[in-house]
Amino acid sequence: MTSLAPTIALTVNGRAVTVHAPPAARLAHVLRDELGLTGTKIGCDAGDCGACTVLLDGKQVCACLVPVAQAAGRTVTTVEGLAENGQLSALQQAFHRHGAAQCGICTPGMLMAARDLLARNPKPSANEAMDALGGVLCRCTGYRKIVDAVLDAAGANGAAAPAPAAGCAVGARMAKVDGVAKLTGAESYGADGFPDDALHLRVVRSPHHRARFAVGDLKPLRAKYPGLVDILGWRDVPGSNSFGIYPTGKDQPVLAQDEVRYRGEAVLALVGDRHTVYAIRDDEIPIAWTRLEPVMGVAAALGAGAPRVQAAKQGNVLTRGHLAKGNLEHGWRAASFKAEGVFQTSFVEHAYVEPEAGWARRASAGDGPDRIEIHVTTQTPYMDRDEIAHVMGLQKDQVRIVPTACGGGFGGKLDLSVQPLIAIAAWKLGRPVACTYTRPESMAATTKRHPASIRARAACAADGKLTAFEMHADFDTGAYASWGPTVADRVPVHATGPYFVPNVKNTSMAVHTNGPPSGAFRGFGVPQAAIAHEALYDMLAEKAGIDPLEFRLINAIKRGDATATGQVLQHSAGLPQCLVELRPRWAAWRREAEAFNAGSTALKRGVGIACMWYGCGNTSMSNPSTMRIGISREGKVTLYNGCADIGQGSNTIMIQIAADALGIAAERFDYVMGDTDRTADAGKSSASRQTFVSGRATQLAGEDLRRKILRLANAGDGATLALEGSTLAISEGETRRVVDLAALPADRNGDALAGEGTFDPPTQKLDANGQGIPYATYAFAAQIAEVEVDLELGTVTVRRIAAAHDVGRAINPTQVEGQIHGGIAQGLGLALMEEYLPGRTENLHDYLIPTVGDVPEIEVIFVEDPEPLGPFGAKGIGEPALIPTAPAIFGAIHHATGVRMHFAPATPHRVREALVKAGGPR
Amino acid sequence: MGSYLRPTELNEALRALGAQGPRTILAGGTDFYPARVGRAIDDDILDITALPLRGIESAGDHWRIGALTTWSQLAAAPLPPYFDALKAAAREVGGVQIQNAGTLAGNLCNASPAADGVPPLLAMDAEIELASAAGERRVPLAQFVTGNRKTARRADELVTAIRVPKPAAGTQSAFLKLGARRYLVISIVMVAATIEPDGRGQILRARVAVGACSPAAQRLGALESALGGLPIDARLATVACAEHLAQTLTPIDDVRGSAHYRNDAALTLVRRALAGLGAQMATNADRPPNPKGAP
Repeated sequence: MTSLAPTIALTVNGRAVTVHAPPAARLAHVLRDELGLTGTKIGCDAGDCGACTVLLDGKQVCACLVPVAQAAGRTVTTVEGLAENGQLSALQQAFHRHGAAQCGICTPGMLMAARDLLARNPKPSANEAMDALGGVLCRCTGYRKIVDAVLDAAGANGAAAPAPAAGCAVGARMAKVDGVAKLTGAESYGADGFPDDALHLRVVRSPHHRARFAVGDLKPLRAKYPGLVDILGWRDVPGSNSFGIYPTGKDQPVLAQDEVRYRGEAVLALVGDRHTVYAIRDDEIPIAWTRLEPVMGVAAALGAGAPRVQAAKQGNVLTRGHLAKGNLEHGWRAASFKAEGVFQTSFVEHAYVEPEAGWARRASAGDGPDRIEIHVTTQTPYMDRDEIAHVMGLQKDQVRIVPTACGGGFGGKLDLSVQPLIAIAAWKLGRPVACTYTRPESMAATTKRHPASIRARAACAADGKLTAFEMHADFDTGAYASWGPTVADRVPVHATGPYFVPNVKNTSMAVHTNGPPSGAFRGFGVPQAAIAHEALYDMLAEKAGIDPLEFRLINAIKRGDATATGQVLQHSAGLPQCLVELRPRWAAWRREAEAFNAGSTALKRGVGIACMWYGCGNTSMSNPSTMRIGISREGKVTLYNGCADIGQGSNTIMIQIAADALGIAAERFDYVMGDTDRTADAGKSSASRQTFVSGRATQLAGEDLRRKILRLANAGDGATLALEGSTLAISEGETRRVVDLAALPADRNGDALAGEGTFDPPTQKLDANGQGIPYATYAFAAQIAEVEVDLELGTVTVRRIAAAHDVGRAINPTQVEGQIHGGIAQGLGLALMEEYLPGRTENLHDYLIPTVGDVPEIEVIFVEDPEPLGPFGAKGIGEPALIPTAPAIFGAIHHATGVRMHFAPATPHRVREALVKAGGPR
Repeated sequence: MGSYLRPTELNEALRALGAQGPRTILAGGTDFYPARVGRAIDDDILDITALPLRGIESAGDHWRIGALTTWSQLAAAPLPPYFDALKAAAREVGGVQIQNAGTLAGNLCNASPAADGVPPLLAMDAEIELASAAGERRVPLAQFVTGNRKTARRADELVTAIRVPKPAAGTQSAFLKLGARRYLVISIVMVAATIEPDGRGQILRARVAVGACSPAAQRLGALESALGGLPIDARLATVACAEHLAQTLTPIDDVRGSAHYRNDAALTLVRRALAGLGAQMATNADRPPNPKGAP
């Protein structure tokens, strides 16, 4: 009924505009849909995330909470209005310089909130900056670089450093190649590029954890809503109504058939005009539900007589993991000190600020069969392609995935979300179909971090050397398999932590429940296990009378040591150095905390430490990446980059690597990201593998292209390359040769010269006892955290963190710091506040993630023990940053209070209850 | 799709509410839109933001806070220290975006058990001015918020202002809010306290209110009585005991905390608020008195 919409006049970014929209329409939607200003992002439509922050008469507001009627006659400024005459504002430049945008989805909101502040207060303090930004959530950066940028915006530091020269890109703090687009609002995310003629799809989901259902007669609904074009059910799935990560684990239906197994499971898809599909209420849709008793939690699922979540999964067990090394009993007998404990964690939501979104169209392919083309926010274009082919019953080459910019993933965008739904609808209807999940839908429907129940024990000799370690971890894998097998495999391998332990037995089990599917989330179960092993080592250190840092140093795994899988580390094992770097800070912080405590009763401070290791790449499985670089006949250099940049910065990192491998300055590079028609398979952006695996492939591609060029010019290895227009000059001492690119034939990409590289990290299968070489390399780190605990309230404030990480080589130190900050923020959330409860915390005000005021000052220390297989020595950092944070915080709480937390998150009421139980105040 | 009215005259608004049946009243939108995520808006709406209900004025024995006053406007207004609790609450409602749009009156009308405005205004003995086509009336806040999401506002009525009586000279207030993160906090517990001095270093009247521990925030009458006449200093904290809370509060277990924890934390916050206020007022009393004698 938009024809009845009145005309509303307002000023947007200095321009008088009139819009035709219902007066109650959210300003955010009008800006995006009527005015095309998609720089204003929608993360929740509820004022909880601040992504849609704009200025209304100069003051920051959430545009999702403003009826457009209230903007009449007023002035609105959006991110598109910040740059002047095509020049980034000082604030935008500061963001660019500091690497304050990672995925960039919160960036417009952050910029607008900061703009509001700086207009009133050009020289704010850090606290004033945080007060101003407190309403905008960021899930990537850990906020520190954002605050730094805001404080620096008033400075005269100008533009970001110029791109590094050829041969100097690796190791440079190069600004992101996609940074400017993220700062101006030009970047196009999953929901930003819908065609005007697209139909919209809304998913009808189960309100029950477990139920049978029958869909009634849908004709009356169709008759009532002429704008409703189709209602899709499971019968509309043209191929297989099943998807899942593993070939053996395709157990999740695109649309449920007769039974739903978790709250939020997709049942029907309404397709029509946007207004109609959102006007239809779920209670108007004739679905008869028969509720069944749900199986909630691992204990219930394993109980005698528990109903089967999936008929084929006996005992509700999806998979088991097992590792045994040495002689555990011998290890126990040799020990002087023993410690044991039970630890539990919760469902954790990825809470990327960008909800799942994308659009699909059926494309004719000339003489060949039709193809389906999907534009979507994703971490894994190639897996998406293969999964869609399976669901659609098409050949893989009939599917094209074009990744949009991704507003955060953290593992949650490795599984399919909107892709099969929009594909099926677009294929059936022959029209483009778009879908954006709402925030509650995103939270209810998509995967979570596995809740873990861990029982573990460890033992050491009188000198502190570990003699034995045993862990069993049960993981709540929810209704469907997703990445459950990965968690069950990874955890036994990593469960000792990064220490040499001669006798080990680790087992794990992934158990189905009627919870949401647990999938991939930054660390695949390793962060949960780290909470357990680090607590045990603190207990052992205390019993042995050894300082917790020194205890870890005594046991830290190093070059020449064998891991729990029997793999002897040959290179790049910098954990001892990480601990040595932290030692002076550790001693000083512990001293300062104890001095503070001597004069304080209600508030107590403590400092904790934790270490981590993490295998980069898939566990004992091939996971190759192929990268290509071309130089066109016009002299344009293109990196055909199959990696999805989900904010971690692979677009920039790969160009830095390519530039130095090829010998042409990074600023000359253009890139194609993840388009399955135009790039090669570079695997998924997960498992901390892109820098290591795809980075190495990029280096090989650069070297391949360089070799071809040198051969063409008959030049030696030391020659320098220079591109001038369509001329490629190769100089070696006094000799200069010229290749006329325009005279060369072009390949299908239009390139005159091209190189390719493939890298698959060498691993070895694990045997029945989990022995073998699961990973080609490992990342290592140690972090220390200082907390202040309010003994009377149970609140925990993290005061500061120091993080020493062995990254092999920091390809881009700014970005590596950004990954570490962001990982720490998520680890802090895991430790203190994040707990997803199906049906109860399906929004961003009941589900808490850290705000700008919760992430403390972070000192990052790089330890660069080069990995010979990695590009220029580099290995991964994505997941490692998160893993040690929660156990370091828990250790700090113990140091402050004497109480050890066994449940994450340690919310105020849990901490207080633990303190009272331990005989704390009152 | 529903209808949308945005009158500029109060009478027009009241007529619409009276004659044309119930309407959803919309001001800052900070509670309206979050309740309508992912569905088309089909309410019949009365947008009151064009009405002349803004501003804070001193009027004889009371202050009058216009119903459209936002949290930001309140926080920036030049007001005596008596308003410190309410201003502290204003700075902790959501983020700055919410403070710039959300109104005090909307917060009261939404009547969440965790509404940030209710405890400070209860501790100020605030009254709500309501208007309808039939006339005007005033209702004490304690009787206005009748339960979880329930108020005494009739469907034909509009809240036009919040009225705050002026207290004894030198009155001060404090507000403490407990949550699990720094910003965008939904309270686990919050406490507001006001102490009116008698001019001789003792308490004339004390008001203490606790939020998020009952369907609607509550005054602690027994504690207030116990505080009357006591000397004003940090030792006031010791007066508060669990019984004072148990008589009034009925907290629940939810995702943010257990009932037991809420009682426990509420007592801690009450004691801290009284200790802080007592110490602060004792320090101020050492200084020469304000010749104007204004609160």
